[in-house]
Formats: sequence, C-alpha cells, structure tokens
Amino acid sequence: MASMTTRSPAADAAKREKAKRAPAKWLLAPAVIFLLVWMIVPLGMTLYYSFRNYNLMMPTMTGWAGITNYSILFTDPTFWSALKVTLLIVLCSLIITVGFGLAFALLFHRNFFGRGVARTLAVAPFFVMPVVTGLIWKNMLFHPAFGLLAWLFRLFGATPIDWLAHFPLTSIIIMISWEWTPFAMLVLLTGLQSLPEDQLEAVRLDGANKWHEFRHIVVPHLGQVLYVVVMLESIFFLTSFAEIYTTTSGGPGTATTNLPYYIFQGTFAQYDIGTSSAAAIGAVILANIFAIFLIRFVAGNLNAGENR
Amino acid sequence: MSTATRKTSFGGIALGILGWIVALLMFFPIAWLLLTSFKTEAEAFTITPHLFFTPTLQSFETALSQGGGYWHYAWNSAVTSVVSTLFGLVLTVPAAYAMAFYPSKRTDFTLVWMVSTKFIPAVGVLIPIFLVYKNLDLLDNVWGLIALYTAMNLPIMVWMVYSYFRDIPKDLVEAADIDGASMMQTMTRVILPLAMPGLASTCLLALILAWNESFWSITMTNHSAATLAVFIASFKSAEGLFWAKMSAASVLSIAPIVVLGWFAQRQMVRGLTFGAVK
Repeated sequence: MASMTTRSPAADAAKREKAKRAPAKWLLAPAVIFLLVWMIVPLGMTLYYSFRNYNLMMPTMTGWAGITNYSILFTDPTFWSALKVTLLIVLCSLIITVGFGLAFALLFHRNFFGRGVARTLAVAPFFVMPVVTGLIWKNMLFHPAFGLLAWLFRLFGATPIDWLAHFPLTSIIIMISWEWTPFAMLVLLTGLQSLPEDQLEAVRLDGANKWHEFRHIVVPHLGQVLYVVVMLESIFFLTSFAEIYTTTSGGPGTATTNLPYYIFQGTFAQYDIGTSSAAAIGAVILANIFAIFLIRFVAGNLNAGENR
Repeated sequence: MSTATRKTSFGGIALGILGWIVALLMFFPIAWLLLTSFKTEAEAFTITPHLFFTPTLQSFETALSQGGGYWHYAWNSAVTSVVSTLFGLVLTVPAAYAMAFYPSKRTDFTLVWMVSTKFIPAVGVLIPIFLVYKNLDLLDNVWGLIALYTAMNLPIMVWMVYSYFRDIPKDLVEAADIDGASMMQTMTRVILPLAMPGLASTCLLALILAWNESFWSITMTNHSAATLAVFIASFKSAEGLFWAKMSAASVLSIAPIVVLGWFAQRQMVRGLTFGAVK
C-alpha cells in the first residue's frame, strides 16, 4: 500500500481503496453462497433429521425422536466397528503412504538412468479411478484361484490365500495405499527439489555434517509439505468408499464396513433416515477432530504468506 | 542430498536399479490390466497367467458397443467433469481474486472456512441432498451431479487459485488501479494471463477428481446420468466372468485421465501444497 501513496495524495488513495473493496465483497459472494447452499444447509438438515423419526419404509412414523436415533446408534455394535474400521484405514494408510512415499521420493530425488520415465510410471496409480483399482486388485491380483498372487504363491509351493475373505481390511488398506503412495511421493519429491539451496550452502560452509543438514534444513522444510500430504490424504481416507463398494461390500460380516459404507447401507438398504443421519453427524464430528489439527497448519501458512 | 552427483558409484547404480524396480512394481497392476484387455475371455481367465498371446481387439469392441456401452457413460463423465470444472472456475476466480488482492480482516477466516468445508464428508450431506434431489427430480440428472462436483471441488480450487494469485506481486494490481483500469480490466488483462499456468493446473486437478469420483455418481445416478465409475462398478457382480471385457472398459475409462495426469503432475502438486512448495 505504501508504494501508491507516493504517487497520489493519501486521502485520494484511501477513497479509491474503499471503492475497490466494495465490489471485492461481491466477487466473493457467489462462491460463499454456493458452499453454504450445497454444504452447510444440507449439514444442518442432517442434524435436524438425526433428531427425527424418519424411515422411508414407515411413512406414518414421524415427529421428534429426541436422542433415540443416537441411542440406537451407540448401542449398535456395527457402528462402533465401523468407527474402528474407519480409523484403522485412515491411520494405517497414512503411515504406509507417507513411509513409502518418503522412501520413494528420496530414491527418485537421486539422478539415475531414465529417472523421468520411471517416476512417471510410479505416479500412475494416483490417476486411476478408485472403482477400477478395486476391480483390478479383487479380480486379477487377489483372486484365490485365478489371481496373480495365487499363481505366485503356488509357484513357490505355498497355499494361495483368499485375501478378501481372510485379510479383508489389510487388502483394502493395500489398495488405498497403492493409489495414494504416488501422491505422497510426488508432493514430497517436489518438496525435496525445492529445498532452499542457499541455506544448504550456508550450513555446508559452516562445516555442518549430513545429519545437521538433514535435521535443521531438510526436516523443517519437508515438515510443512508433509503436513499438506497428511491433511489431503486424511480428507480422502476418511471417506473411502469405492474400494470397499467394488470389492468386499463391507464384508465379510462387517469387517470392512467403514462409516461412509455404514451410512450408505443404512440409507439405501434400510431406508432409516433418522439413524443414518445420526451416524452421518458422527462421521462429521470425526472428520472435524482431524480438521482441528490440520486446519491450524493452513492458518499458520496463511500468516507466513503475509510477509511477502 | 549431494550424493545425487556421484553417479557412477556402485551404490548409486544399485539405487538406480531399485528406483526402476519400484516404478515397475507400482505400475505393474496397470500394465497387467492393459495386457488383459487385449486377451480373449478364455485367455484372461487361466490358472497360469499367459504373458504371450495373440492380441485381439475383441474385448474393446464388446465394451464399446454392448448394452449402450462405453460411449453413453463416457459422454456423461466428460460432460459432468468439464462443466463442473468450468462452473468451479467461474465461482473460484473472482473469489480468489478478491481475497488475494483486496484482503480484509475476514479474508483469513473465509479461506480457512472454505477449506474446512472440505472436511465435511460426503456422507454428512448425502441424505438431505438425496431427498431434496428426489423431490426436485434431480436424481439421475447430469445437472444434479454437476452441481455436486462443483461444490466438491470448490474449496480446493479456491485454495489453489488463491495461492497462485498470491505469488503475483500486488504492485501490478495497484499500478493498474492508478492507471484507471477497472477491476474487470485489471483481472482479465493483467492478472489472468499471468496466472494462466496455475489456472490450467487447477482445472486439470478438478477435472481428474470429478472424472474419478464414484460416491456421488453411484448414489445419485442410475442410468441416464451414470458416469464411467458407475459403468465400471457394474462389473463387480460379474465376478470371474468377463475379465477381458472388464479390463478393456477399465483401460478406456482410465486412459484419458492417466495421460492427462502424467502431463500435469508437477504443476498440480505445486498448487496442491497450499504454497508450502515454491
């Protein structure tokens, strides 16, 4: 702002500034209104339904339900198992994708023959439709008789495993990790390549060893990038659906029923709007617990940007 | 990190080979899908996998023609992802512009609020949206799906575009203001051309996310507005029957996006990191 006062009187500048600010508000309005209508209003309605008697199969049962829906939910063992499955998927997939993502990023940060092509091949799974991922793994890799893994097991004289029947949750986590490791790798690789060279030079001149370099420059810099990976991945892992829908349909039993699948079934198989809405509110609260930690980073990053 | 310069050492070569092994292992399921799509059903479904066979386009022909087939769904996928991206852009650019160049006290709050809406899981709004759509006759309707995809991608798009705008020196806008340019002129003539690469990668990401989306399309559409995700998901019940056809349909569904993704990977990632990577 200071630069423009040198060219015109301060009062004039302030006036112009004010005139520009007013339409700026209108520029923001459409996006905010759209999000309000499509996200916040439905969220309010979900909250409302969660306190109502509402089942599409029983149209005569209406009115306020008090906390009945919530007490039905909290006494349903499937809800608790869905919560556990959701958390297991998020935490295990986060650990695997970030771990392998970091290892792969360090590997691809080095120069080697055909690195560009190799990296391009390695990131491809991220762009594959999750529905397709489910079908590839379920049929062509995990199938107990005709799958490639079964063939590989027989080749080494082992008994093939029926992955989706005996290790259903592990299988789901493998599929999700296969899709998202490339994302973590790509972001971390970009982070590695944008390391502040001048700072690295400076500490090297100061005679810092590799460990110091890693500890004081690489880690803080990658930390920020890592935060972004964890935030975006959490958003998507909390809502995993396609991989489960196309492979196990939440089974066997309820072994792979996560919260989205639980709500999906409650709505479209049991038509129980009230209880499903209560479960949906549970899913929103869970997501917000993650959000509190992660949004703080985004807000922090915002303030850092003010110093440009 | 400086080890990257020691190319010829034994360890360097070993790590290079490891890099290739990783790449091939990660890509393998896709390669196998591609291979299977050129097989006959009998060859696709064998106890001992066939690596060498006479390639045939038979499965592609079936996938393309049978039962309304690929094109119906591909058209819906293309329309919903392209139109929702354009809608998103129309809503995003002015909003990000206002926040990047005319920040107020509430700008920080608005931005964080927008990102936080991304933390409302789709299931959190599924039921009301389904019921309202049912009443408004928007179920199995392309426009209903387009609106959902726009809302789904809007927070990420605003953030990406905002971070690209933030990299443009504010002085440029101030200079244009002083020269008497209207806000519209400044935006379209000065800022948008500079932000073009950023806008392009934002659009690509929105396109990819919408094309690959499956939750909304599975719950909200049935046939007339069904996208490729619904088409592919319909193969889930035909387990063990039509692997070659399923593979051909899958290849046709992921090929455009995988290729698009390959071209845009770097720019996309940069925008997605919310300014953490320059």
